[in-house]
Amino acid sequence: MKTELTVNGQTRVIDVEPRTTLLDVLRDGLGLTATHAGCEHGVCGACTVLVDGEAVRSCLILGVQADGLDIRTVEGLTSGDGALDIVQDAFCETHGLQCGYCTSGMILAAHALLRVNAAPDEEEIREAISGNICRCTGYQQIVEAIQLAAERIRTSNTLKAGEVVK
Amino acid sequence: MTDQQRRFVSTNRRVREDRRFVAGAGRYVADLDMPGTLHVALVASTAPAARILGIDASEALAMEGVVDVLTGEELSAAVTPLMNGLDTPLVRRFPLAVGQIRYAGEWVAAVVAESRALAEDAAEKVRVRTEALPFVIDAEAALEPDATPVHPEHGSNLLLDRTFDWGPVAEDFAAAEERLSLRVTWGRNSTVPIETFGVIARWNPWEEMLDVWASIQMPKYADQIARALKLPGNAVRVHYDVDVGGSYGVKRGIKHTVLVAYLARKLGRPVRLIEDRLENMRAGDAQGPERIFDIDVAFDRDGTVRSMKMRALDNAGAYAGRAPFQLGKPIGAIVGPYRIGSVQYRAMSVTTNKAVQEAVRGFGQAPTNYAIETMMDRVAAHLGIDRLELRRRNLIRAEEFPYTIPSGSTYDSGDYHTVIDKVLAHADYEALKAERDRLRAEGLCAGIGIAACLEPSGGNSSFEPLLNEKNRTSTWMEGSRVTIDALGFVTVAIHTTSSGQGHETLAATVVGEELGIDPDRIRVTRPDSLSSLPGNSPVGSRMAIMLGGAAARAARNLKRQLVAIGAHAMGIDPDTASYEAGTITAPDGRSIGWDELVDIGHRRFHDLPSGTNPGLTASFIQQVPTGVALPKDGKVQMYPCYSFEFHLVLMAFDPVLAKPEIRRYVIGHDCGTVINPHIVRGMTLGGIAHGIGAALLEEFTYDEGGQLMTQSFLDYLMPSSHEVPSVEIVHHCTPSPLTEFGQKGSGESGYLGAPAAISGAVQDALSPWGVTVDKLPLRMSTISDTIADAETAA
Ligand code: FES
Ligand code: FES
Repeated sequence: MKTELTVNGQTRVIDVEPRTTLLDVLRDGLGLTATHAGCEHGVCGACTVLVDGEAVRSCLILGVQADGLDIRTVEGLTSGDGALDIVQDAFCETHGLQCGYCTSGMILAAHALLRVNAAPDEEEIREAISGNICRCTGYQQIVEAIQLAAERIRTSNTLKAGEVVK
Repeated sequence: MTDQQRRFVSTNRRVREDRRFVAGAGRYVADLDMPGTLHVALVASTAPAARILGIDASEALAMEGVVDVLTGEELSAAVTPLMNGLDTPLVRRFPLAVGQIRYAGEWVAAVVAESRALAEDAAEKVRVRTEALPFVIDAEAALEPDATPVHPEHGSNLLLDRTFDWGPVAEDFAAAEERLSLRVTWGRNSTVPIETFGVIARWNPWEEMLDVWASIQMPKYADQIARALKLPGNAVRVHYDVDVGGSYGVKRGIKHTVLVAYLARKLGRPVRLIEDRLENMRAGDAQGPERIFDIDVAFDRDGTVRSMKMRALDNAGAYAGRAPFQLGKPIGAIVGPYRIGSVQYRAMSVTTNKAVQEAVRGFGQAPTNYAIETMMDRVAAHLGIDRLELRRRNLIRAEEFPYTIPSGSTYDSGDYHTVIDKVLAHADYEALKAERDRLRAEGLCAGIGIAACLEPSGGNSSFEPLLNEKNRTSTWMEGSRVTIDALGFVTVAIHTTSSGQGHETLAATVVGEELGIDPDRIRVTRPDSLSSLPGNSPVGSRMAIMLGGAAARAARNLKRQLVAIGAHAMGIDPDTASYEAGTITAPDGRSIGWDELVDIGHRRFHDLPSGTNPGLTASFIQQVPTGVALPKDGKVQMYPCYSFEFHLVLMAFDPVLAKPEIRRYVIGHDCGTVINPHIVRGMTLGGIAHGIGAALLEEFTYDEGGQLMTQSFLDYLMPSSHEVPSVEIVHHCTPSPLTEFGQKGSGESGYLGAPAAISGAVQDALSPWGVTVDKLPLRMSTISDTIADAETAA
């Protein structure tokens, strides 16, 4: 089925089998492997992407349903030259990850939160990532990363979530 | 070298691996795109035990895009049984069931197709004709004389039954003033990484080479593949530059690998198997130890614990796997941090019709620590002595190290009393108790849990020769190579995959420290297995010690070469020259810098001192410290280094709702010198999260029909950011005398004591009702029922 997908600002029309999830379309169809499969039944959050700015589990929607929506993956946060965006950099600063497998989903969940809440407290951060399971970190350094990112966004004049650290 | 002199070790530097992961640029096995790849899906058994009468794959094979359907019969004719390690030759295991099915979910056939979706569709069309057989799920039932053996050829369900007597157990029991018995049960849980296991194999018939990419954490992986497929060792090339999405012990994957490797050779195309979550949960290497401990303990009224008899009965599942050895490793810390003078330990491992148990973080130590700590709590309660005071009286004292325990291991160093004192001061223990009592006065159940325990680290495999005399392995090495290239840049090679432990950061940090060079300028590479030095992968909390040691010593060797070159150029005795950040200085103040040294090393053979090789490279292969002897008289030095952790937890829950809440979590942690504080902190926090899961949520549950009830993340519950609290870590550093920088292991920290501490906290909370908890995971619904019953009875 011909589907128009807008991923990280680029629009492409591709042929998508109706039963294929958005997760599989991103990974296999578009080669965007930053989005990971953990459970494929909507619990772990590893497959989280942003759809119109909201964190969505890409294993729970079909590729054809994404037609016309604005989809963002972690690949879209960087410009490819080795510079990280403010949230990514904060995750590095606090070591908010180990194996990295849940990390794309965590970073996008953080983006979705920071877009609507510039000064989240710890409870709000924990709530925002509570649908993303991390088996490595015990979450604390992730919470710290998001706190740090929020603070840096607040205290910077120019940077917004999604923008690149100079 | 003191802390003050260290420039990079123990400093809060970023973890270099993090950059690629936050950019989504990790290279996991499922991300690898190989043209022409075929995909595997598995036909799984629905019965826990059955004879296979026939497999009809004709309908599946007729489907478009389906290439092959492989059965156990075909595969077992071509490969050797998977390595087991015990001396049980009739407990044979192949990647696919052969003749008989031994657990629900066991793989019966593999379907190969052009896409995974097609393979899954076709798997549903494979007809397996079976005849049901009796089965056994429970470990104690499996021990009964009339129990159906899971492996009839083996004759019984007993895989291992060894009793060790270390020290005068009978005398100590006779002399003790008090005795008590207890039983505790550790439920079948595991670390369940978010990435399932995956592997890709490709056979090149012209080079006769099998290439393997896998999300693996497994010692001797390449050797095991070659043996199983009857290939020369140098015909198997494992690619270590694959990022592993979490493992914590479980990513063993040998059966998957043998399966796809066989298919890749047979079909002449790359073959890949990426488990889906269901395959992973019920038949991947997902499930961990499941253990019943029966303990008798002998002690005096002053609280001195004299002796312990422990029987550990472990439910291995349908095949031997690594399960029995997970009863062996805890022998190295069988008395925990305590001066218990004698021990009897009976280790029993039985087969049942459950999925095979695999290695899990701590390799059996977390269940054992839970049993020991529960025992200490019971002794304290029995005597009416404060739990902390009881521990203090029995803890090994700082001045007693090195301390040899009855089972033959010598603990390298520690200062347990100080760590505990620091934690109590940090937490304000009196205030914590007052807080508990305040919560109780509000009508909540509130309790404080404590656990003092050890993390043996620097992993070797001493438990193998100890439990199987035919096994003569004492070598358990790790290698690293350091080179300085002709432009003067440093590269370190490490020879394993990693699953989040930050080995690249570790290697760069220690080499930077040795050479006095900024670690950020050091490249770390992962050659494939054929280009690698021998190693044993990151198991047994060993890499800080073993990879850290090997890389540091290779760098030191290189530094010696640089000093020799510089001293020769200046015409001085190398012993009088000093090295500082790449510059060699003579006593008279002359010096030679890095560029010049590199130039001589790479281009001016005529200026090299005799006996120095050109090219500026050094390798070091390190044996596990203390790993010098085979077991003798049932005793052995297990791991070399012993980290200590002390957990202090305040929990509260409503007696009716019984939703457990961790109000405060403080851990004191001493793993010697910390190489990278971020990494060690993360390991500890993540380990505690695993421990919380093991104590309160996670269990692979089977029903009476032998079916796994927890097949998805909807049923197998893992802690989210709501269940894991903020944890306060109190540091202490007692360096190990056995390692390069004084480091010990930390890869299992947190997990080894958290379940015991949480169980203790719940027990303390229930003390007003006189209710005993003795099983993990704690079922809070049962607890609220028990409270209700107790209230009704009162
Ligand atoms: S893979 Fe989508 S929620 Fe787990
Ligand atoms: S970093 Fe490994 S699962 Fe989160």
